[in-house]
Amino acid sequence: MRIFDPHIHMTSRTTDDYEAMYAAGVRAVVEPAFWLGQPRTGVSSYLDYFDAITGWERFRASQFGIRHHAAIALNPKEANDPRCREVLPELGRYLRRESVVAVGETGYDSMTPEEDEVLETHLDLAKRHGLPVVVHTPHRDKKHGTQRTLDVVANSGIAPELVVLDHLNEVTVDLVAERGCWMGFSIYPDTKMDPQRMVAILQRLGTERMLVNSAADWGRSDPLLTAETGRAMLDAGFGAAQVDGVLWENPVAFYGQSGRLDVTPLPGFELGGDAELFEGNSILRGAAAMPAEAEATAGAS
Amino acid sequence: MISMHESTTARAGGPGGRGGVAASLARAGAPAIVVADELETRYRSGDTEERIQVLGVLDRIVEEQAAPDLVRAVGIDLVRDALRTNDPRLVAAAMGPFAGRHLGDHDWRHGVVKLVFMGVPLAGVARLHERADDELARMAEDLAEEREAAGRPIPDDLRALLPAPAAAGSDASLEKGR
Ligand SMILES: [Zn+2]
Repeated sequence: MRIFDPHIHMTSRTTDDYEAMYAAGVRAVVEPAFWLGQPRTGVSSYLDYFDAITGWERFRASQFGIRHHAAIALNPKEANDPRCREVLPELGRYLRRESVVAVGETGYDSMTPEEDEVLETHLDLAKRHGLPVVVHTPHRDKKHGTQRTLDVVANSGIAPELVVLDHLNEVTVDLVAERGCWMGFSIYPDTKMDPQRMVAILQRLGTERMLVNSAADWGRSDPLLTAETGRAMLDAGFGAAQVDGVLWENPVAFYGQSGRLDVTPLPGFELGGDAELFEGNSILRGAAAMPAEAEATAGAS
Repeated sequence: MISMHESTTARAGGPGGRGGVAASLARAGAPAIVVADELETRYRSGDTEERIQVLGVLDRIVEEQAAPDLVRAVGIDLVRDALRTNDPRLVAAAMGPFAGRHLGDHDWRHGVVKLVFMGVPLAGVARLHERADDELARMAEDLAEEREAAGRPIPDDLRALLPAPAAAGSDASLEKGR
């Protein structure tokens, strides 16, 4: 199984996670900008964070054989803080980076007028930079928030195929399906969505425009739930090609719209999936030494 | 994120410790601008416990002001800041008497629903019953629908926010355990 996790916050994860993800078949991730748990109080901590997810984190991932790209945005919670909103004029220079494949995650938290304005700004930036957009749907008042997000997306004039609405569930997915946007699902240990519920949605609506992510971060989450969803699909009778479609080809197609996505195997590592069965594990065994080298490099800096 | 320990020890309305914050801010006759500035400085430069204390004295400080507008505006900023955090102790403290009296309906409803998400009992939300309105009931109903669709339980605090007709049994599945 080869896996592209289209939404994961690796800055909050350990090197053990990277190793386990590689072993489970994860070969590519997109890390959308989000908040830190502790609210930021100004632009500079934002800029350092953007540099971290497009720089150090990308390098860290590469040492474990995982292609790392980022999405850049002011997150919905901090859209409400005037001290953080000052980061908006800085987004352009990050959105031009080769490592950045989308605007995100944007969307609603509390559905305030400030969040409306910032979401519109992000959609406009995406249009101008020709990038896809990752739009988070709110935890609270999700149905209403999803509806409002779809209206703002429609009014912005951006092509629906450039937009994914994320953290969907049984109640909100149909609203998105009929608008032509991509549908994102965050598989969590105890909230949002679980592998069995995900499979039920795929059985009902098919695999087209469906993205499955772990959204793993500093909360209780599990970066291997993408793989578990793949296994749940196989158990439910989906074919290997359909699993590959959801876990690999779909995110490649979505972020590929940026024109910047690189999912070729990193030097010294192999592509996941069937390729491994034919080529054996020799390179993989060689790669096991990489994390130790990585440690040495990290220690030196 | 939220450990069980934190979510069960947090209580809406917070303990709102009175200690030094209240004493130094309650100086009779201090101009509103001085009081507002001190509240903001203490909150912004404080750790979580100090922030909870500031949130806990807001209501009384505003009551004591002859011209409360400025202090109230700062209080609302601080409450909104606390409501954006993921720390149930801060969110609970933010939903105390000051928010009950002064926070706008939209933010207040989101604060209530956020506490439901965090598993913090709503018993400490100031003026909960007075302020619970049709829009809050609608938000609660939508959330209950999501929980149902996900096969997840509906907490009692959420059930209590549901609109009267649904609570009376138009939906048998929502009725369970009531
Ligand atoms: Zn996220």
